[in-house]
Amino acid sequence: MAVTAISIVRMKNLFAVVMMGGIYSLLSALIFVNLDAVDVAFTEASVGAGISTVLMLGTLALTSREEKQEKKSSHKIWLPLAVCIATGAALVYGTLDMPLYGDPNAPIHQHVAPRYLTESIDEVGMPNVVTSVLASYRGFDTLGETTVVFTAVVGVLILLTGRRRREKHEPTLEELEEQEDEV
Amino acid sequence: MFLQDGGAKTVQYLDFLSPGLYNYWIVIFLMMVGFYIVISRGNLVKKLVGLNIFQTSVFVLYISMGKVEGGTAPIFGEGFNTFSNPLPHVLILTAIVVGIATTALGLSLVVRIREEYGTIEEEDIHAQEDESL
Repeated sequence: MAVTAISIVRMKNLFAVVMMGGIYSLLSALIFVNLDAVDVAFTEASVGAGISTVLMLGTLALTSREEKQEKKSSHKIWLPLAVCIATGAALVYGTLDMPLYGDPNAPIHQHVAPRYLTESIDEVGMPNVVTSVLASYRGFDTLGETTVVFTAVVGVLILLTGRRRREKHEPTLEELEEQEDEV
Repeated sequence: MFLQDGGAKTVQYLDFLSPGLYNYWIVIFLMMVGFYIVISRGNLVKKLVGLNIFQTSVFVLYISMGKVEGGTAPIFGEGFNTFSNPLPHVLILTAIVVGIATTALGLSLVVRIREEYGTIEEEDIHAQEDESL
């Protein structure tokens, strides 16, 4: 994954960048399977690696395929790099207090998760705990998610249909001016 | 809780051979790669790819926190008693879908910008803005 991410930084061809993004997404899905999150892996493989790659390719078809070769001024490389290293160092310092990987006594496993694991089979009746939490215990989250997706769809439609109307509109204005000229 | 046995734990954390914190460092590395792409590259599509990398690293962070040593996927079946934490899985399922929605919105903005300015490079857009002023 790290290699894929680095190659995305280096590449200039946007088509290849988008393809590497898809590979990166698929690799992360494999990692999710390894970490016992099979539902998340399904979603990531279909949505992250599938739909998002298709959307990106669609955008490339409407725009351009090559990234412009920038003139490499030194401050444009080193300033972002320094910012990233500083932020990364601060985050690594933050992890020193984090619970160890796979520790069953970590705080995250003490709060509501035991209840979901022990009682959801009686309260909801689904063998898959992720489903019962998603649809029942945290149903409002899912409602909020649906709202966000709906808003995004409305936004995309407004942005992309507005242009078509304008494209139709502009020629008619010119025609009107031509008519006026002729008159 | 952490303060009481802080000394002994810190020694353990600083032992680079123990795999305890390795997952967090991978996440931080990926996150910084995505961040670097977003702030250093001028191409808008590439910025969005960087944003996706950043986003996926956060997903990996959550899922790896939910992992329990020796646990299986949280689906009830005979012979399984230890499960990984289902809560991060649910949150990340929601986050993936919201992420694709925001990516789609960003991409449609890129398409509109391209139609308005004829380019998707940040520098060129700034140059055209300066000319028009």
